[in-house]
Amino acid sequence: MAKTFDEINEKIKDGKVVVLTAEEFKDLVEEKGVAQAAKEVDVVTTGTFSPMCSSGAFINFGHSDPPIRMNRIWLNDVPAYGGLAAVDTYIGATELSETQGFEYGGAHVIQDLIDGKKIKLRAESYGTDCYPRKEITTYITLDDLNQAYLFNPRNAYQNYNAATNSSDRILYTYMGTLLPQYGNVTYCTSGELSPLLNDPELRTIGIGTRIFIGGAQGYVAWEGTQFVRNKEVIRDGVIQYSGVTLAVVGDMKQMSSRFIRAASYEKYGTTLFVGIGIPIPVLDEDMAKFLAVRNRDIYTQVVDYSVPSRSRPVLRKVSYEELRSGTIELNGKKVPTAPLSSLRKAREIAQVLKEMMLKGEFLLQEPIQKLPEDRRFNPLKEREVK
Amino acid sequence: MQLQKIKLFMYFPPEKTDKPITYRLVKDYDLMFNILQAQIQPNKKGRLMAELEGTAENIEKGLQYLKEQGVQYRIFNKNIIWHEEKCVHCGACTAVCPSRALSMDRNEWKLTFDHSKCLICELCVKACPLNAMDVNIFL
Ligand code: SF4
Ligand code: SF4
Repeated sequence: MAKTFDEINEKIKDGKVVVLTAEEFKDLVEEKGVAQAAKEVDVVTTGTFSPMCSSGAFINFGHSDPPIRMNRIWLNDVPAYGGLAAVDTYIGATELSETQGFEYGGAHVIQDLIDGKKIKLRAESYGTDCYPRKEITTYITLDDLNQAYLFNPRNAYQNYNAATNSSDRILYTYMGTLLPQYGNVTYCTSGELSPLLNDPELRTIGIGTRIFIGGAQGYVAWEGTQFVRNKEVIRDGVIQYSGVTLAVVGDMKQMSSRFIRAASYEKYGTTLFVGIGIPIPVLDEDMAKFLAVRNRDIYTQVVDYSVPSRSRPVLRKVSYEELRSGTIELNGKKVPTAPLSSLRKAREIAQVLKEMMLKGEFLLQEPIQKLPEDRRFNPLKEREVK
Repeated sequence: MQLQKIKLFMYFPPEKTDKPITYRLVKDYDLMFNILQAQIQPNKKGRLMAELEGTAENIEKGLQYLKEQGVQYRIFNKNIIWHEEKCVHCGACTAVCPSRALSMDRNEWKLTFDHSKCLICELCVKACPLNAMDVNIFL
């Protein structure tokens, strides 16, 4: 029997909803079968806690007296965007501090704000008749800000390559430290717990879907950048590129660094671990089938990161079950694997979201618009510039 | 005469733990011996983290004596600290740890740190994106 979003929301409000985390649901399906699981369970919660470079925050500072039209802005010496209205800015996670380099970046500014710390704001202006002031240096905190919300153009990747290194030198990448001569393999999704692997056809996730983000209740705002969806995207059972992605939004004032964390990768730069959880309604048996997917059925490919090209060589296809076992076979040798995305945190998020729903604190929101059906991943064409 | 100070881990084979090796170091080689941490039980492999102070020559001789007694040792002036409160258990550090001192508990997906296996190579300090691994350098 099919269920609707509204019916499930009524159950949430009445405290009668049945919610399981994705891992619990898969176990139930193995025990009782898809049909029974679909009947018993209303919502499945998913989670991910991964470094997501395409993240950042919009901020409004309020006006000083006399007012300034900020056109160059620094937060704790990290440059923020000055091309918006007078006291609006956007701070990106990967922007580096001009004084501390790789150690501190936009991601750290975001976490420090969330932690309630004081942040040094410095801004300059050319001065106008209506905004005469030319510079300001002061301290701000999250409480002072009129608005501070994350708007992350690309989060929650559906899938991602696993990385290795065939060269003779150590590589420092966004896929972590890759040891020479296939010394290790790193991978970066929460596999069967990952939101978009549990709703591969995007039946329940679209624009307007309410999500858990960094501890707050936020929304899917748009398709993510580099959103790829078309008939050829699955090749040999592997979702190519990062598959579908989401642009997400959430209020920083409701966030906690338990679920969002600044990070800095050696010789690469800064990024933000973003904790995202998406509740997926078990609308019918078809939905339950998608939600039953296990790590042994989800594949990615091992890619050689030592080749400095857009299309790096693929060494083999590998399941998340094998990656998680601790070693995989590569060229006849056992190579140790290491995760980069925190499965422990992903589980914590799925669990917290489940509890919120059981307490009636988190309702489903049906998408107000579906995400696009057909999107390709176009390269940057370089044209001659005269 | 200039005195020198070193810190070291000593690993005693089971049959040696009861013997007065440390006493001889003090007595025969005129070394100051300061135990920082000890895990010694009768008939089990023992581990001692200690500080030795003496002349360079005597330290050298003392270490030679340890070797002759079948006591393995490792000299160091630092150790690695895991700030668990900063750790998100991502696992990035396990990618580089050569001795498997750092590993993931595959049920809980929690990082575990076995200090006794640590080679103090510091690779994890650089690899951790959360700054949760630190080198503690002794004076
Ligand atoms: S890399 Fe850092 S944050 Fe990640 S598991 Fe290791 S110590 Fe914890
Ligand atoms: S210092 Fe080296 S051996 Fe010790 S835990 Fe870190 S990576 Fe492993």
